[in-house]
Amino acid sequence: MTSSAAQTLAGATGPRRGSLLSRSGGLRTGLLLLPPMLWLGVAYLAALGALLVTSLWSQNDFTGDIERIWTFDNYRQLWDIPVYRTIAFRTIGIAALVTVIDALLAFPVALYMAKVASPRGRRLLVIAVLMPLWASYLVKAYAWRGMFSEGGLIDWVGKPFGIHSPGYGLVATTITLAYLWLPYMILPIYAGLERVPDSLFEASGDLGAGAWTTLRRVVLPMAFPAVVAGSIFTFSLSLGDYIAVTIVGGAGQLIGTVVYANVGTANNLPFAAAFATVPVVVMLVYLAAARRTGALESL
Amino acid sequence: MAAVTTRGLTKDFGEVRAVDDLDLEIADGEFFSMLGPSGSGKTTVLRMVAGFERPTSGSVLLGDQDVTALPPHRRDVNTVFQDYAIFPHMDVITNVEYGLRVKGVDRRDRRRRAEEALSAVRLEGYGRRRPHQLSGGQRQRVALARALVNRPKVLLLDEPLGALDLKLRQEMQLELKQIQRDVGITFVFVTHDQEEALSMSDRVAVFRDGRVEQVATPIELYERPASSFVAGFVGISNRISGETARQLLGTSGDYAVRPERLRVAPAGTSASPGELSLPGKVREVVYLGPTTHAIVELHGGGTLTISRPNTGATAEPPLEAADRLVAVVLHRDSLIALSGGTEETEETA
Repeated sequence: MTSSAAQTLAGATGPRRGSLLSRSGGLRTGLLLLPPMLWLGVAYLAALGALLVTSLWSQNDFTGDIERIWTFDNYRQLWDIPVYRTIAFRTIGIAALVTVIDALLAFPVALYMAKVASPRGRRLLVIAVLMPLWASYLVKAYAWRGMFSEGGLIDWVGKPFGIHSPGYGLVATTITLAYLWLPYMILPIYAGLERVPDSLFEASGDLGAGAWTTLRRVVLPMAFPAVVAGSIFTFSLSLGDYIAVTIVGGAGQLIGTVVYANVGTANNLPFAAAFATVPVVVMLVYLAAARRTGALESL
Repeated sequence: MAAVTTRGLTKDFGEVRAVDDLDLEIADGEFFSMLGPSGSGKTTVLRMVAGFERPTSGSVLLGDQDVTALPPHRRDVNTVFQDYAIFPHMDVITNVEYGLRVKGVDRRDRRRRAEEALSAVRLEGYGRRRPHQLSGGQRQRVALARALVNRPKVLLLDEPLGALDLKLRQEMQLELKQIQRDVGITFVFVTHDQEEALSMSDRVAVFRDGRVEQVATPIELYERPASSFVAGFVGISNRISGETARQLLGTSGDYAVRPERLRVAPAGTSASPGELSLPGKVREVVYLGPTTHAIVELHGGGTLTISRPNTGATAEPPLEAADRLVAVVLHRDSLIALSGGTEETEETA
């Protein structure tokens, strides 16, 4: 307050100096924000808008040309043809399963990193968690393809225990996706738990709670918003993925592969657009639910 | 029987010895303070009594039970944390009843006891509030209620008033003492604030570098500090030692004298029997509200701080004149002989 008052005073009495930009705070902020806002508005939101508009057009069955006539036919097809419905629910189911698996794996790792490990051990673990992100997605997916293959690593290691590779399919897809997105779950939980003061855990023990009770009544509730924050990543990334399922999914189809097939081979862009809005809508619903838990504040 | 006993309690953090061979006995129902500068080991002792730290050696007894190897949740003590450690995801009443809940007290019973505890700390009707809606003083009370509701044998308080502003702190000092009298539980109170320790405690242990310098009642501590460190840490004191002592007092040794036991008199005032009159020059006068401090440079060497209450009476000669020649008068009885056992400590000045 004081400084702005002083500025006004100086502007009124002193000679007019400086450009319009330096005097008008609002204008400066606006101009600074313009490029990113353009990016967000044009490249991002407009693309989503284009997707929505395209999904309301249709395709001439004979020539394959897009006909710009408004119609809900694409959405009707999605609902009426059982295989698409199945694929949509299967995709959501796999995304949910991947999220649950990641949460179960990530929580103990994040807890150890945030509250047990020494500062040195913590740094090493953070690097270890981040390291897979440096490697190419394709390399990692193909690595899993190798491991799932007949006579691959999983077969070879599991043989003495009578375990076989599940082979290419939805199980392999789920495992691969869970592996790929695990860091996106660990890091938010780690960050969330690190913010919780140790004294809360000590207070719980001090008041008579053993380790498991403290975990259930204090640690888990406090970590929950962070888990939801992480699940936004794992869930949305799984929902939209088509590469992993192409590489290790065998004959299994997910929304991503159907969209891919319709953009490419089938050349039915309006239908692909309609199917692609499904994950968008699911994510909007999910985000709205996540907002209620306060998870968006812990992102 | 002592409520808390430590025997040869020692704690090392790597190379640093935080607590060094500590023997303490805290009586049942006592308000016991551990006073010391930061890093003196007092909080570490508290944390070892609570069970958050394992001693390197030595033992902790609660009553006659050796609890050294027990985890915190198996010890009949509760702690009020410095940051209060209120669970942010629970409302006030759920926080307060947490201890009873994990011990399996049934719902109706624990609600009733939690409500009682809340009214004991004057927070009736706050049960449904969320922690972030409370002020610092209210959180402090919730932390107190949450600990007291379990009726522990010993309540440990880790600088619980540190985060409060001065006025609230003074209110809470009185209130804590009142609550302690009402519930009759042994309080072990950690603080670096000597006024806090003096005003509330039955006994105070003064910590320095992981050791206890003196355990005494507040009056003893102030009137008869056992070492120069205690004399310097508890209240303000003038130190007279070495050559200065020989010059001024005619004896060698290490002495402390409190500023309020000194009197400024007109220059040339002769001493009555049992008194000393030391000529000097006023170097500075500091007005502090209830008292005025005069810093007098003695002709015999050294400086003394003299404190005079501002009573409004005009009988005494005014101090408000720097460079004025005066005599500082003190009674020989107000000289505190400090034991020679402690080394010269410059940080006490």
